[in-house]
Amino acid sequence: MLDSYGTEAQERVGFFTDTSVCIGCKACEVACKEWNLVPEDGLVWTGESYDNTSELGANTWRHVAFVEQNEPLHGDGEVDALRWLMSSDVCKHCTHAACLDVCPTGSLFRTEFGTVVVQEDICNGCGYCVPACPFGVIDKRHLPRRDAPALPLITKQEDGRVWKCTLCYDRLKGGHEPACAKACPTESIQFGPLDDLRERADERLAKLQAEDWNGARLYGRDPDDGVGGFGAFFLLLDEPEVYGLPPDPVVTTRDLPGMYRSAAIAAGAVVLGVVAAFVGGSR
Amino acid sequence: MSSYYGRPVLKEPVWQPEIPAYFFTGGLAGASSVLSLAARIGGNETLARRSLYLGALADLVSPALLISDLGRPERFLNMLRVFKVTSPMSVGSWILFVSGSATSTAALLEWAGRLKPVKYAAELVSSAVGAPLSVYTGTLVADTAIPVWHEARHELPFLFGASAAASAGAAAAIAVPVAEAAPARRLALGGALVENVIMLAMEKRLGFVGEPYREGEAGKYAKAAKACTLGGAALLATLGRKSRFAAAAGGGLVLAGEAALRWSVFKAGFQSARDPKYTVKPQRDRHR
Repeated sequence: MLDSYGTEAQERVGFFTDTSVCIGCKACEVACKEWNLVPEDGLVWTGESYDNTSELGANTWRHVAFVEQNEPLHGDGEVDALRWLMSSDVCKHCTHAACLDVCPTGSLFRTEFGTVVVQEDICNGCGYCVPACPFGVIDKRHLPRRDAPALPLITKQEDGRVWKCTLCYDRLKGGHEPACAKACPTESIQFGPLDDLRERADERLAKLQAEDWNGARLYGRDPDDGVGGFGAFFLLLDEPEVYGLPPDPVVTTRDLPGMYRSAAIAAGAVVLGVVAAFVGGSR
Repeated sequence: MSSYYGRPVLKEPVWQPEIPAYFFTGGLAGASSVLSLAARIGGNETLARRSLYLGALADLVSPALLISDLGRPERFLNMLRVFKVTSPMSVGSWILFVSGSATSTAALLEWAGRLKPVKYAAELVSSAVGAPLSVYTGTLVADTAIPVWHEARHELPFLFGASAAASAGAAAAIAVPVAEAAPARRLALGGALVENVIMLAMEKRLGFVGEPYREGEAGKYAKAAKACTLGGAALLATLGRKSRFAAAAGGGLVLAGEAALRWSVFKAGFQSARDPKYTVKPQRDRHR
């Protein structure tokens, strides 16, 4: 994956978010906003448990989900109280990233750390990556733009570019861990080389399963899944869709050869159709 | 099926109405270039010339629509910064760039009556990229995570191609006197029929995932598209053979129907992204 970097290539890093120890403090959300200067985008009360952030987007790169359930914490346990699931969601930094594949300008790129980052000085706001992401992570920023418009006639008042988690590319370059992992008080968000994280996650899952935790599973750990494994994967305590995550995400470009074949045949059909219109006279 | 407070898993597209408008104008441009060259070879100069002008006009409007949709329009040239096969938008930008240059060159030389060899070369290029231009937008929307688009990936280029052919035929049927517009009328009729058959087959094959094509705003526009394209085509095939007025009315109806079809497919994508059931259920079914 990082061959083109030659000697500059680094070990692939990522996140393992162990939601079984998340306490929903949202320190990750705050640390991310502060370090990356992610702007405030409105304060609302949703009434959806303690979640007033709602979703990842251009101005939210960490999002803590809160799910209130009447489920036992352990497999054989009784439902005696609320089971409160909390999970800090983030860009998955897919091995096969649809956003990166479909980006027509080359603004989205694979860093030497194996992460996926938007170059904001290149992005022209075409928006193709937004519906391409199978997780609904990346989005366009509609807040007012901060710099002076270069060409007053055609430039827009809003920022207009797409934004998402960079896995703190600048901090990685300086040898630091990402802000969210640094701020997490329970080590729910663990940062490190992806191979190490996968090992650690396997051990943690085995422990929780031995203790008969209800619904414990790894999500995005498998390198053979539809996106080639996540760079940021999770230990969840219920099905992914309960947390608003897709159960079996697939990178859309996996089907691209077949799509181009269909398009080529369709183009041929258009030519044939036009020719057929001249059968029976040119006038 | 569970969801997170009923919230969508995917993001809705951020594209504005310029994009479906471009699907229409780009299709019209591409298919008109092909129609123009076929008419030239067939010896129908009036049809060849006017289709070329129509194609050039649509090729001129298209990039303006696309640039206007960008979040940073002043950076539109970044589209030609790289050529990426993995991005149908990158491939399409290059196709549109070549098509726009070739078609406008040919149209300009046609109008000036000069440099015939250059004009013919430009026409060849314009018609060669015309067919890809008329279908690639179907592949562009299919290459996303939106179920109603992605699962229709094999039908959409055909649907858009048929729609483009019908548009080119209808536009030419309006612009050309009835005595010389028979191929244009046949193209509009054939395109409209094929497109409606593809739409039916697509909805049938997609089943649950294809629901958004029938519901809400997308469903309303799909109905309007069907009525306009079939009604307009019928008018072209009957009264439109004799009366220029009927031909203009029929052609106008077909064009309106094709625009409605693009809008319907566009809105279906939003509806599909908005409801998590279309994302989660098919994935859950194949994952079990």
